[in-house]
Amino acid sequence: MDVEAAKLVGAGLAAIGAGMAAIGVGNVFGSFLESALRNPGAADGQQGRLFIGFAAAELLGLLAFVVAMILIFVA
Amino acid sequence: MAAEPAKVDPMYQFTIEPLFGSANWEIAGFNIAFTNSAMWMLITTVVLGIFVWGGMKRELVPGRWQMAVETFTGFVENMLEANIGKAGRKYVPYVFSLFMFILFANILGLLPLGIVGLHPFTFTSHFTITGVLAAISFSIVLIVGFWKHGFHFFSLFVPHGTPLPMIPAIFLIELVSFAVRPFSLALRLFVAMMAGHVLLEVLSSFVIDGTNAGAHFGLLVGLPSFLLMIGICALEILVAGIQAYVFALLTSLYINDAENLH
Repeated sequence: MDVEAAKLVGAGLAAIGAGMAAIGVGNVFGSFLESALRNPGAADGQQGRLFIGFAAAELLGLLAFVVAMILIFVA
Repeated sequence: MAAEPAKVDPMYQFTIEPLFGSANWEIAGFNIAFTNSAMWMLITTVVLGIFVWGGMKRELVPGRWQMAVETFTGFVENMLEANIGKAGRKYVPYVFSLFMFILFANILGLLPLGIVGLHPFTFTSHFTITGVLAAISFSIVLIVGFWKHGFHFFSLFVPHGTPLPMIPAIFLIELVSFAVRPFSLALRLFVAMMAGHVLLEVLSSFVIDGTNAGAHFGLLVGLPSFLLMIGICALEILVAGIQAYVFALLTSLYINDAENLH
């Protein structure tokens, strides 16, 4: 397999990381919604932490996108 | 991407072009040509200036525009006071500017002005821009931290109550995690914006190639892709707001680390 093809296959495999980011972000929002329905009064105060959690989960998944971009355009 | 005459390159939308040529724009060996990125930063600043100016009438019972501006300023003030405390008020100008600049930049990049021929450029989709914004935030954190606490600032990296043998390892881990903060700030905004626009461009290439291949392909491939583009645009507006909010929120959290040393 030549280098160019291997790079593109690697970049395609990085999409698995994007799928895991989807699981992570869904986890964050799902937990928030579940507990917000149990205790609605406390939900509004925790919205800031919800978005911090979302940003952290999303960033780590977007690192997979960065790896794909590096493979396609840089390496 | 089809190997036919209309080949759509999703990364072409991110190219930086000097608008007036780059021949005579040099200071001390650095090229300072006025690029499309700089033009959109200028447009964002002008729009932001008009927006804030429209809310400065100081009516006792605010009209809608003043209410909108006060909503944003109040939001940033509340966020800083919740995260930093009373000392957070002096950062409101910086964090407000940062938040509104990134928000307007992200949203202006999504405007459907392509119909009339002006293609918006999302300058926050370049790591250079977001890197500089993150560097400014991080240097504020470092300057405040060292000015206020001196070398006691390093106690931030050793949480209270760590057992003595673990202190070197914990210190190194916390130091690395602290040093990665500006990169993560810059990377988050840059990748979110770039990924969104690449996705929109790829979907639009489906629409173009599907329609070019005939009416049946146009309906089978082009129409669902176009509907998906509408949904993704809605998501991108949400992501534009969220990424601006997260950048400002994390900046205020890092400033809280510098001010209050948890």
